[in-house]
Amino acid sequence: MRVTFTVNGRRQEADDVWEGESLLYVLRERMGLPGSKNACEQGECGSCTVRLDGVPVCSCLVAAGQAEGREVVTVEGLAGKDGRLSTVQQAFVDAGAVQCGFCTPGLLVAADELLERTPEPSDGDIREALSGNLCRCTGYEKILDAVRLAAARTGEAV
Amino acid sequence: MDFLRPASWQEALAAKAEHPAAVPIAGGTDVMVEINFDHRRPEYLLDLNRIGELEEWEADGDTVRLGASVPYTRIMEGLRAELPGLALAAHTVASPQIRNRGGVGGNLGTASPAGDAHPALLAGGGAVEAESVRGTRMIPIDDFYLGVKRNALAPDELIRAVHLKKATGPQQFSKVGTRNAMVIAVCAFGIALHPDLRTVRTGIGSAAPTPIRATTAEEFLTAALEEGGFWDNGKAVPPSVARQFADLVAGAANPIDDVRGTASYRRHALAVMARRTLGWTWEQYRGKQQDERNQPCA
Repeated sequence: MRVTFTVNGRRQEADDVWEGESLLYVLRERMGLPGSKNACEQGECGSCTVRLDGVPVCSCLVAAGQAEGREVVTVEGLAGKDGRLSTVQQAFVDAGAVQCGFCTPGLLVAADELLERTPEPSDGDIREALSGNLCRCTGYEKILDAVRLAAARTGEAV
Repeated sequence: MDFLRPASWQEALAAKAEHPAAVPIAGGTDVMVEINFDHRRPEYLLDLNRIGELEEWEADGDTVRLGASVPYTRIMEGLRAELPGLALAAHTVASPQIRNRGGVGGNLGTASPAGDAHPALLAGGGAVEAESVRGTRMIPIDDFYLGVKRNALAPDELIRAVHLKKATGPQQFSKVGTRNAMVIAVCAFGIALHPDLRTVRTGIGSAAPTPIRATTAEEFLTAALEEGGFWDNGKAVPPSVARQFADLVAGAANPIDDVRGTASYRRHALAVMARRTLGWTWEQYRGKQQDERNQPCA
């Protein structure tokens, strides 16, 4: 089947999509967007987190056909058009929150949505918002630092 | 595989009638796991995401008619007052990403004994609105779970909504797992006080082939509260009553040993959760009674 939806503001189309295929597979293998990572394929790890009509979801659990006509934002959509990193991305770099990097795209999408919704999150808010994202390097302290840093910088910029 | 994409509820019912083997998919948090792991290759997937009314609820009168696909996130944010037990249970489901997609209809459709919504649904009381082209029927929640991952739906039926009694008293939900997120319950317990009926209802998860009520425990507690005049005098529940209630809850379970825990651990944990949640709900009820008594006359 053919599937058409908007990814990072651009209309995209994929042909010959198998009906049982996930949104994650379509993004990675058919649309050339490998930023969202494929790890557990069962919604446990959050590496494939994208926004579907603004809402963070595991793209491995969205059937491709369910994305038809909808708006998807992936980690590739976070940086500015000129390639400048977003506040959250820069904070992850500066705080040393990237180790092997495999969980990073999912964490960035989740953290970005948190700060949009809750610009001054408590530690509890951050932990809850990122509770569906596993980091197998266990770099959670730096990741928390990064989100706090991003929140502080967002606050300063306002 | 065929992907059926009905644009309306009537179209969905027609599709299900034509293809009874079609697997409904809404949040996808169960169905997609099975497909990703090659555990299931349905001939038809029936996408329910385009049917907007499944994501809405109505809360007029004494009940909430909760659309089958209302995501857990919206239940915990928007129905805390009407359905406190279910809102608490919703908050323990997996992670934000999963709660943004999954809903009660999926929990009921999958009918896993470990589904987080079930203990709250059993304790609060209600009925599942199942519909097919043949018509609508209300299946009492107590009659819905038939076996491990088996429910009372006919092959041509879809879950439209679940009708839940609005809370008339405190409710609690408790769940045992290794962390606060991404946990399939080792076991879970829900309790709802119904001061309007002077009864207590319960729900047990992950400790029997289906979600179940602890009816003997409910009957014992209901009788003990009545006998002691506790609903009116607002006294604390005696420890002996709480202990007996907890033992009866543990006795109602029929757990197994598996990777998540042993049967004896599950029984033990259920007794602890039953005693604690009874304490929490009863203290809340007493507090409210006292507040009402202390209200100055208008």
